[in-house]
Amino acid sequence: MEANTRGTGRLPAAFLTPGSSSFTEFLADYQPELLPSRRGLPATPVTVEAPHGTTIVAVTFPGGVVMAGDRRATMGNLIAQRDIEKVFPADEYSCVGIAGTAGLAVEMVKLFQVELEHYEKIEGTTMSLEGKANRLTQMIRGNLPMAMQGLAVVPLFAGYDLDAGVGRIYSYDITGGRSDEQQGYTSVGSGSLFARGALKKLYRDDLNADQAVTVCVQALYDAADDDSATGGPDLSRKIFPIVTVVTDEGLSRWTDEQVGAVVRTIVDARLVRPDGPNAPLN
Amino acid sequence: MTTPFYVSPQQAMADRADYARKGIARGRSVVVLTYADGILFVAENPSRALHKMSEIYDRIAFAAVGKYNEFENLRIGGVRYADIRGYSYARHDVTARGLANVYAQTLGTIFSSGGEKPYEVELIVAEVGAAPGDDQIYRLTYDGSIADEQHYVAMGGNADQITEQLKRTHREGLPLGEALRVAVDVLGRDGSGEKRTITAAQLEVAVLDRTRTQDRKFKRIVGTQLARLLGEGATAAGVEAESDAEDGDSSAE
Repeated sequence: MEANTRGTGRLPAAFLTPGSSSFTEFLADYQPELLPSRRGLPATPVTVEAPHGTTIVAVTFPGGVVMAGDRRATMGNLIAQRDIEKVFPADEYSCVGIAGTAGLAVEMVKLFQVELEHYEKIEGTTMSLEGKANRLTQMIRGNLPMAMQGLAVVPLFAGYDLDAGVGRIYSYDITGGRSDEQQGYTSVGSGSLFARGALKKLYRDDLNADQAVTVCVQALYDAADDDSATGGPDLSRKIFPIVTVVTDEGLSRWTDEQVGAVVRTIVDARLVRPDGPNAPLN
Repeated sequence: MTTPFYVSPQQAMADRADYARKGIARGRSVVVLTYADGILFVAENPSRALHKMSEIYDRIAFAAVGKYNEFENLRIGGVRYADIRGYSYARHDVTARGLANVYAQTLGTIFSSGGEKPYEVELIVAEVGAAPGDDQIYRLTYDGSIADEQHYVAMGGNADQITEQLKRTHREGLPLGEALRVAVDVLGRDGSGEKRTITAAQLEVAVLDRTRTQDRKFKRIVGTQLARLLGEGATAAGVEAESDAEDGDSSAE
């Protein structure tokens, strides 16, 4: 009811003021308390354990980009949730994956999704991919004080650039520093070191969409192999990584059956060779 | 010294209503009607950029006639209202009824306050339901009156004549192509019954399509799909299948 009970029931003046096509800016004027960045800071660094999201990987291929994330959230040494979703559609041509404090990260993603949709509706056109990446930068900056108190959020953003006709990946640090990942793959989160190693050996620039998905799932497997906070594919519970593919036809999330088939192939191969595919020496 | 004239409240309101009505009557009409898979919006509007109809939220769209700057303001207000509601509650909690009420309050307050000029606009807020019986169409006038319309509604210059004709030609459950041709046909008849041909380039067409898989059901129909839907004669039975196949093409408008 916040939206319409102030005053006479008519739309408040703020709603009818032309100008900004940003939802965040509108909220900052009208209901700043709804913005994550306007909340009070915890007085001391946070020592309680809040659920943390872990590893996200992304790989580009000619014609698009794949993003995948494992399903584990941890709280210290505990598994807080084994089927958390950490890769979300941002809009029709981009997706965002999150590592870090899960509660804050999910809220940031929700605001980011509304921000993009709001812009699209008001302007009548979609925001450029660079523009979307920039909006996300600003949200991470807004969370910087929280990050300094121990509640960091580090997203990974990927999308299809309709103007250039290529898939792109943007990675961030907790201060909002952004880098356009030109080498075609990247990873974030606690298992990212191991995932990156795997990606480095498996990536080539002529992958198709299905192969790119396999590369991502292999990398997540390797991350789970060496990082206790990253969840491996759970065959008994049928909990598989979230996989989204973005191409010029838009974003599609792979179904559990599709991902399950990839996972089974990989797991079967690992039964023979637990460390995964062998890269040539030279 | 001059004595201020006494103007009766009736007269003052009648003058304001007259003023608003004249402004609205100058513009071309917009037609909104239900079809088999949702709600169709058709307007004669040669501009590609200045829209008369737009998306508000998942299942809700907006159409307007009258002064552009005024209804554009209301449209933006509506998008903000819907997004803030959807963000702080849930997407499902944003309803056409709620939005129509807010618009009615807004227009009504502006109309009866002495300090502001009345808005010269008429609006339609429509929400597509899960089944044809759940579709809702609300029509709002410059003074804040709100009407719950069934099946079809026209507003703008020739609204009365168009509604008259729609009464004869509109049927429930028409496929998209036929519904579109019904709408274009009535838009092309002016007061004297003379018929003009309206080409695809002069039309702005959009649908709220309940069969879309995305949450956001609003879609503009442009380019080849529009030309094809217009061009098909009443004989073409494959309209639905084809328009569905084309779904992906123009959804990114």
